[in-house]
Amino acid sequence: MAILINTKEKISDHWTLIQSASGPEVFSALRGRNALLPLALFLSDEEEAASQFSAIGVWLDSHQNLNKLENRLDSLPIIALNFPVFSDGRPYSLARRLRRDLGYTGEIRAIGDVLRDQLCFLKSCGFDSFALRSDQEPEDCLKAFSDFSTSYTSTVVNDIPLFRRRG
Amino acid sequence: MYRYDGYDATMLQERVSQFREQTRRYIEGKLSDAEFLPLRLQNGLYVQRLAPMLRIAIPYGMLSSQQLRKLAFISSHYDKGYGHFTTRQNIQFNWPALEDVPELLAHLAEVEMHAIQTSGNCIRNTTTDQFAGVAIDEIEDSRPYCEIIRQWSTFHPEFAYLPRKFKIAVCGTKEDHAATQVHDIGLYLRKNDKGEIGFQVLAGGGLGRTPVIGQVVFDFIHRHELLTALEAILRVYNREGRRDNKYKARLKILVRETGLDAFCEKVLAEWEQLRGGSLTLTETEIERCKRYFQAPPYKSLDASPESLRTILARDVLFASWYSNNVTPHKRSGYAAVAISFKKTGYAPGDVTEEQLNTLADLADRFSFGEVRVTHAQNVILADVEESELYNLYQQLAADSLETSNLNKLNDIICCPGGDFCALANAKSIPIAEAIQRQFDDRELLADIGEVSLNISGCMNACGHHHVGNIGVLGVDKKGEEFYQVSIGGSSKREAKLGKILGPSFAQSDIPAVVENLVAVYREHRLDHEKFIDTVDRIGVDPFKKRVYEKEQ
Repeated sequence: MAILINTKEKISDHWTLIQSASGPEVFSALRGRNALLPLALFLSDEEEAASQFSAIGVWLDSHQNLNKLENRLDSLPIIALNFPVFSDGRPYSLARRLRRDLGYTGEIRAIGDVLRDQLCFLKSCGFDSFALRSDQEPEDCLKAFSDFSTSYTSTVVNDIPLFRRRG
Repeated sequence: MYRYDGYDATMLQERVSQFREQTRRYIEGKLSDAEFLPLRLQNGLYVQRLAPMLRIAIPYGMLSSQQLRKLAFISSHYDKGYGHFTTRQNIQFNWPALEDVPELLAHLAEVEMHAIQTSGNCIRNTTTDQFAGVAIDEIEDSRPYCEIIRQWSTFHPEFAYLPRKFKIAVCGTKEDHAATQVHDIGLYLRKNDKGEIGFQVLAGGGLGRTPVIGQVVFDFIHRHELLTALEAILRVYNREGRRDNKYKARLKILVRETGLDAFCEKVLAEWEQLRGGSLTLTETEIERCKRYFQAPPYKSLDASPESLRTILARDVLFASWYSNNVTPHKRSGYAAVAISFKKTGYAPGDVTEEQLNTLADLADRFSFGEVRVTHAQNVILADVEESELYNLYQQLAADSLETSNLNKLNDIICCPGGDFCALANAKSIPIAEAIQRQFDDRELLADIGEVSLNISGCMNACGHHHVGNIGVLGVDKKGEEFYQVSIGGSSKREAKLGKILGPSFAQSDIPAVVENLVAVYREHRLDHEKFIDTVDRIGVDPFKKRVYEKEQ
């Protein structure tokens, strides 16, 4: 079971992740929960899911894009982005696109191979919750967010790049 | 040159601390090899079969005398007393022990140096022309823009895990000394018809396994759009570059597979999101960066003083060095001097602790305390008074640094090869040495004139063999080292890839092969025609014929 943190502390997880191989047949067993649906299942069975779950979010794998979600972001309280391996850089750009280009204000969660040494940049790209890989030490991970006190370039946390802040 | 302010210094300290912690956790077994790998690479550290290697960044090739002395200290304390200038204007040290690297990086930070993003799948050190700021044919000094790119790309949170490495070069002169077109992004400073400074932007160039010349993505962008345009290209690449095969992961493959037009459309769509946003450069920032690269306090001097002309007429060795190694300067009475690190019997680009200290002293005495490292693995003193050239030459001669061969056949670009590098298929340093020994006659070299000869020990092409007028590539054939030879490559404005002559050669044959190539050139050349121009005019066949004919 992954330990969940935000950028400040451990938090409890209110979402049940539905695996990508699952179909709508799993819905009834999880009825009433908050479900994080894989993108394909969300797109094919959103109505059915809405009738079974108390809330719905979506998760994307790193190779997927946001095109089909662009018009439905307002209804999604959470979007999770999966790291099949920690060195996959695509979710960083997905999160930036969600926050900066699409103005998404809900929760963006990192799931999968989420490790301490990537957390600082994940935060800068707009992630705000992190389902740590099970062997990670959450107390140590929380320190990672202060690895850097500022950034040269524009980030989601601070849109103003350093060159516009220098006196 | 650029000097750190409180922000730069703080972030560098934070990086040093971060890597110290990461190294500690690795040594304690809390990080796996695979997890530590990108962390150490993005701090310059390779762990290799034969020798560990730390690649230290020299942003766009600029070094102060203070930094040179620090590098000398590093070479004596952590290496075996020498370093190696690379083809991307950086310096590499072999042998530093993993557990010592955090402390080594702390030493570097004291002089505003580091090894950040010198390796790994991220944006690497931005390179440029070694004559930036002093070249006669300059449109504008490229270095302030290099510094702006350095800051934008350093710790860029979105682009730390790209599909593959990413290299940017900037050229501000008419003649290209930065191999700009064989970079993932090549930037040519330009002036538009309104007189505004901006850039032509090329993308998708690169060497390695699949050499490609970059193609124009933007014919002209205003200088204020520099970072938004770069960010747009990087974002398309990060999202869509291939991650299934590391040999197909560079930007050049994405551009090829997408098609240039479709790629440009994607970049434009991304750019629309970014244009006018906070990354739009301000004139204040450009001016701030320019202030660090202002002309040093030059004296008012006459060009080519009498004293210089007299000695040139009298001392033939000095005259030879002068004609090879001294480049005209935009300021009257000054010259840019190349110090060759291509002395026969020494690995190309290798520099000893003593030489690093000597360079520092020479920089202080003759060139306002600064040097530049070139992509051809030599060192430039950019601001030497012409009346001091003879004094400098004598000092260089006393230190055995007067090698007089810039841009000549024996000024060989060469990677460390199989003697050091775990990736290499074949040795490269002994090949360079054999060729240098074959061609050690000053008059013959002068007669042959300008030729670039580039050697790589494997297809990763750190020695830029594809763009050498003569290129030599080490290949492995059933466990034996052989060498493929190409001709006609160029890294200049008219950049092109060399053509392979045919079957590869044994190591011992290479000097004779080069001799044959030179012989064909000398037979066919027209007046003042360079080697590359003769190859262009008569084609590869006469060379091919001679080389294989002699072999039988």
